[in-house]
Amino acid sequence: MAETPVPPVMPAAPPLWRRIWLPVLVFALLAIVPLIWGERFILGLVTRAMIMAIAALSLDLILGYGALVSFGHAAFLGIGAYAVAILFTHDIVDASIAFPVAILAGALFALVTGAISLKTRGVYFIMITLAFGQMALFTATSLSAYGGDDGLRMFHRSEVFGSRLLANDTTFYFVVLGTLLACFLLLKAIVASRFGRVLRGAKENERRMRALGFDPFLYRLAAYVLAGAICALAGALFANLGMFVAPAYMTWQRSGEFIAMVVLGGMGTLIGPIIGGIGVTLVEEWLAQITQHWKVIFGPMVILVAIFARGGIVKLLTRGDR
Amino acid sequence: MSTPVLSLSGLHKSYGALKVTDGVSLDVMPGELHAIIGPNGAGKTTLIGEITGEVALDAGTISFCGEDITRLPIHQRALRGLTRSFQITQVLPGFTALENVATAAQAHDGSSFHFFRRASSESHLNRVAMDALAQVGLAPRAGMVAASLSHGEKRQLEIAMALVSSPKILLLDEPMAGMGREETEGMVEVLMALKGRYPMVLVEHDMHAVFRLADRISVLVYGRVIASGTPEAVRADPAVREAYLGEEDFA
Repeated sequence: MAETPVPPVMPAAPPLWRRIWLPVLVFALLAIVPLIWGERFILGLVTRAMIMAIAALSLDLILGYGALVSFGHAAFLGIGAYAVAILFTHDIVDASIAFPVAILAGALFALVTGAISLKTRGVYFIMITLAFGQMALFTATSLSAYGGDDGLRMFHRSEVFGSRLLANDTTFYFVVLGTLLACFLLLKAIVASRFGRVLRGAKENERRMRALGFDPFLYRLAAYVLAGAICALAGALFANLGMFVAPAYMTWQRSGEFIAMVVLGGMGTLIGPIIGGIGVTLVEEWLAQITQHWKVIFGPMVILVAIFARGGIVKLLTRGDR
Repeated sequence: MSTPVLSLSGLHKSYGALKVTDGVSLDVMPGELHAIIGPNGAGKTTLIGEITGEVALDAGTISFCGEDITRLPIHQRALRGLTRSFQITQVLPGFTALENVATAAQAHDGSSFHFFRRASSESHLNRVAMDALAQVGLAPRAGMVAASLSHGEKRQLEIAMALVSSPKILLLDEPMAGMGREETEGMVEVLMALKGRYPMVLVEHDMHAVFRLADRISVLVYGRVIASGTPEAVRADPAVREAYLGEEDFA
């Protein structure tokens, strides 16, 4: 068949600037926010938006790259937040202990619930993740020693090796921004790795991947655990932001919001969920200031994006790029 | 007498009252191209499914390279070198042709639990993949997304994926299905070139192709093997002639 020598050309990738201009722009804008608006309110709002972006980013690993619609992702946010706050009440206030514990707690919950829910597909997967999410919510409300329904207050932010570094809002802002960037780069590497390739392949065609010798379950479970761990890290930051945790952090409505952030931003891209997470948080806040019936405006906006911007905001922004 | 690479013995499978596999036993010897033919609904694709593990057996055993694999899951069989192509092409549509084949190569090249190194810049995987693409005549299409390939090219792509899967046997489920005359001719040439390098099980409707390629032919009718032997013997078999009565292809 192929008597002609093999052309040694590998398929060319698009030029570097086209692949990175959007992330560079987003992170640059986030970096200059505190320089332009120093007010506590703005700083706190954007910090919250970035924490939501970390959570949305983690969901994207399983939703966008694994095609697994988890409707219980907020549970991981709550678990991370509660881990920090509960340790705080026991006088363990240092982030060097509290944050790893939060991450491990999220990973462990993901391992157990993932091992069960990943045995199902489609609507059943949605239902079972929703059920696990609700179980986490009800567990939190029944923790009467830790505030029950009312939640739990921290008197100050986590210490960093004994120092009250995070008490400064600007410092905290940059810690969250740094975490967001680290998570972005980490997931960027992971989705391009051998592991990420198998995860993406199983989304493309599960039957083919099995026939090639891959068991998609193991890869999906690993992705689920990783997503749970990162979302719990977002939870640990969230607890520190308001120095308060409550069961309301893990309602299924919030899980739905995470899905909306990923889908509106652009699932299966990594900058998409960041834009979606920040955008949704800011737009919600802005609309809520205009009217208390803001959901009447927000709902149709979501519908419009879903209809006219398939692939999310990122698709719109990068339309000319390829 | 050497030992068979693949040995099926007493396979049974029923869906309710319908026996789709009814006591099938057959051996595939090293280097042999064993074709399975039969009218529509004879249970050929089901048989391939049973060999690969997609279809659970009611009874019978399958041994592969001397190992009983009857209870192994699909991916474990695949890792042992039981490599298949599908009747309806199964590629990774959003991946490039190159990445499709590189992914297949990756399955047989150590662990895939690597999280940080870019898979697409692993040059030895890409080299192996390019080589296989060249063997099936797809090298110029390496950078194209698989979804954009023609039907025949997707078939060729599947063969390339099989070639890098360290195959100990190739199970080809109607590789010429839906192909035009020219594409079929191209595929026959590809298979001719592979013949002898790997034992193969070929399920195919195109009789001209089967009789050109096969060392041995088994004829499956209603889940039963009614004849098995060399192309000449099968062609002359009266039971086979009866099963194919009216099919002009069978001459």
